[in-house]
Amino acid sequence: MEPRPRIGVYICHCGTNVAATVDVEAVTEFAATLPGVVVARHYTYMCSEPGQALIREDARALGLNRVVVASCSPRMHEPTFRAASQEGGVNPYQFEMANIREQCSWVHHDRHEATEKAKALVYAAVMKAIRLEPLEEREAPVTPAALVIGGGVAGMMAALDIAEAGFPVYLVEKSDHLGGRVAELNRTFPDLEPVSEWLPALVDQVQRHPNITVYLNSRVTNITGFVGNFEATVEGAKEPLKVGAIVIATGYDVFDPRRKPEFGYGIYPQVVTTLELEHRLAAGDLTVNGKTPKDVVFIKCVGSRDQQLGRPYCSRVCCMISAKQAQLVRQALPDARVTVFYMDVRTFGKRGEEFYDEARRAGVRYRRGNVSEIYRRGDRVVVRVEDTLLGRTIEHEADLVVLAVGMEPRPEAADIAALLKLPRSADGFFLEAHPKLRPVDTAVDGVFLAGCCQSPKDIPDTIAQAKAAAASALIPLMRGVVPMEAATAIVDPELCAGCGMCVEICPYGAPGLDPLWGVSRVNAVLCKGCGACAVTCPSKAIRLQHFTPDQILAQVEALVGW
Amino acid sequence: MSDNGFEPKIVAFLCNWCTYTGADLAGTSRIQYPPNVRIIRLMCSGSVDPTYVLKALLDGADGVLIGGCHPGDCHYQSGNYKARRRIIALKEILKQAGLDEDRVWLRWISASEGQRFADTVTQMVQYLKEKGPNPMKREWAV
Ligand code: FES
Repeated sequence: MEPRPRIGVYICHCGTNVAATVDVEAVTEFAATLPGVVVARHYTYMCSEPGQALIREDARALGLNRVVVASCSPRMHEPTFRAASQEGGVNPYQFEMANIREQCSWVHHDRHEATEKAKALVYAAVMKAIRLEPLEEREAPVTPAALVIGGGVAGMMAALDIAEAGFPVYLVEKSDHLGGRVAELNRTFPDLEPVSEWLPALVDQVQRHPNITVYLNSRVTNITGFVGNFEATVEGAKEPLKVGAIVIATGYDVFDPRRKPEFGYGIYPQVVTTLELEHRLAAGDLTVNGKTPKDVVFIKCVGSRDQQLGRPYCSRVCCMISAKQAQLVRQALPDARVTVFYMDVRTFGKRGEEFYDEARRAGVRYRRGNVSEIYRRGDRVVVRVEDTLLGRTIEHEADLVVLAVGMEPRPEAADIAALLKLPRSADGFFLEAHPKLRPVDTAVDGVFLAGCCQSPKDIPDTIAQAKAAAASALIPLMRGVVPMEAATAIVDPELCAGCGMCVEICPYGAPGLDPLWGVSRVNAVLCKGCGACAVTCPSKAIRLQHFTPDQILAQVEALVGW
Repeated sequence: MSDNGFEPKIVAFLCNWCTYTGADLAGTSRIQYPPNVRIIRLMCSGSVDPTYVLKALLDGADGVLIGGCHPGDCHYQSGNYKARRRIIALKEILKQAGLDEDRVWLRWISASEGQRFADTVTQMVQYLKEKGPNPMKREWAV
């Protein structure tokens, strides 16, 4: 028989994040009156070391066997407090969290209402904690290899770091070469360094690395498994590739300016994209219809910061690309007038502002204005612009117009998202697990993001993220084991009638009928803990541990009751 | 708007991977919504047992919100489809029993839809305010 619950409840101020809206003292006093609670405290930062020490020391001194922390979302600090509970001798599964920050203090402003709601949430957490059973965490071995999807700079960098740490890497690239979008560039900002000075060497290093297997003209068609034990079906690989971690580096697409027909892209040869100009600069040929341009115009934010097109975000690199290309055009055509029409100039990043200054000093004219249309006049085009500083419309004749096209998610991102059940943000880029604290993690353990598949960024940021993704992917690989879901479904053989409905409903084939006893048994290794079987079972013989009906009904009662 | 001081109580069963995370995002984005909703975290909308919903209504909740991933996005492949079938059946039973099935809302809200979560709660509170308190509790307290 389990000992009586002895619960410690800890209310976190989170600095002022909780305490400014919720009366933490009142909640603590309330918590102390709840059944099973032997100690209730509040503290500035429960996640800090002294905060965790409170839990550990109370647990030891008072013989706690349950811990409740009311603070941020369990998605944030549940692992922290589980560990602290465990260090105090409490089973980590007899820990429960009340989310009084994300789901209370941050979304409500009335102090009284927020405090009452926080009490209800703490009450429910205590009611659940009373009913929590100790569970045992087991570990599964990790396949010591990684899959990197995408062979641009992000994918190559991530692959190299993982390979250098001593693990085999499978690098899958859908085109026939490595290098991605950067291979299409000529020189990069803010130093005008030719890409040819470093990219071929990087590609070569990847191709020669003994730990890296490159699959070109290849796609990932299926992925099964979970962190530590994924199996990926890859075109060109004879067998499914077994890996412990996955880095997604599928890059971006450029906005197709045909979606802004008023710019005449695809109709007038004078109108090109920044990417096309990149090719022309590399080839040293800027002529249009055989003539050297005398007037060159850049238009920024084409397909970015555009609500009507559903592209409300800034693509981050177009300002710098325009500044770079405008300088290169000035160098190539010293007699030409070069004008940049902009909404805003954004020059964040190392040496960004200086580089923009250099462009202006080199004679590039910046003019604030919204371009409304482009049309032909003779063998030139006219750019019609509303000058937003002077408040009047101007017509600017040009021989070459460069559209600084934004980045957008690749259409294939949808396929990868579907394979791995990865969430994407509203703009279609992959969603990181936390905007600040987990920028390369995803909702799926063992799957990491690098580069522009997560959001638009420049090359240094891409590489920084790729190296971060590699370092994160190395954690399970180097540790060699991953914790396995402890909150799995279990069957009470006394109650099971052997109807097999759980076997039918489970997407993972975890329950199976024992031929000898005629009852169902759950294979804990296969069970992911979704709980579908428990709801289906007509005799309520299966339950999902840690989310059992008595626990949930107790939460309901508390939430409705307070 | 019939605002007679009645503050409905909503119990929300949210799946960990989408709607619970979306509710967290509403928090990190500081999107304000009425405090009438109280959330229970489950791993998947497919593990919402109709008895949980009934229990909430019979205990006196004025509304029950079930939140899951959009079709095709369930972390466990098909839990949300299971939830949809069960909730449709549950609503049918409530209706047959002469009870108010419109107090039960099933919504797909993704991890990135913090605003949608807040809007859903706001709408539901408004809707329930107009509807008035849940009579079920009284009816069943024979
Ligand atoms: S995990 Fe969200 S509905 Fe299944």
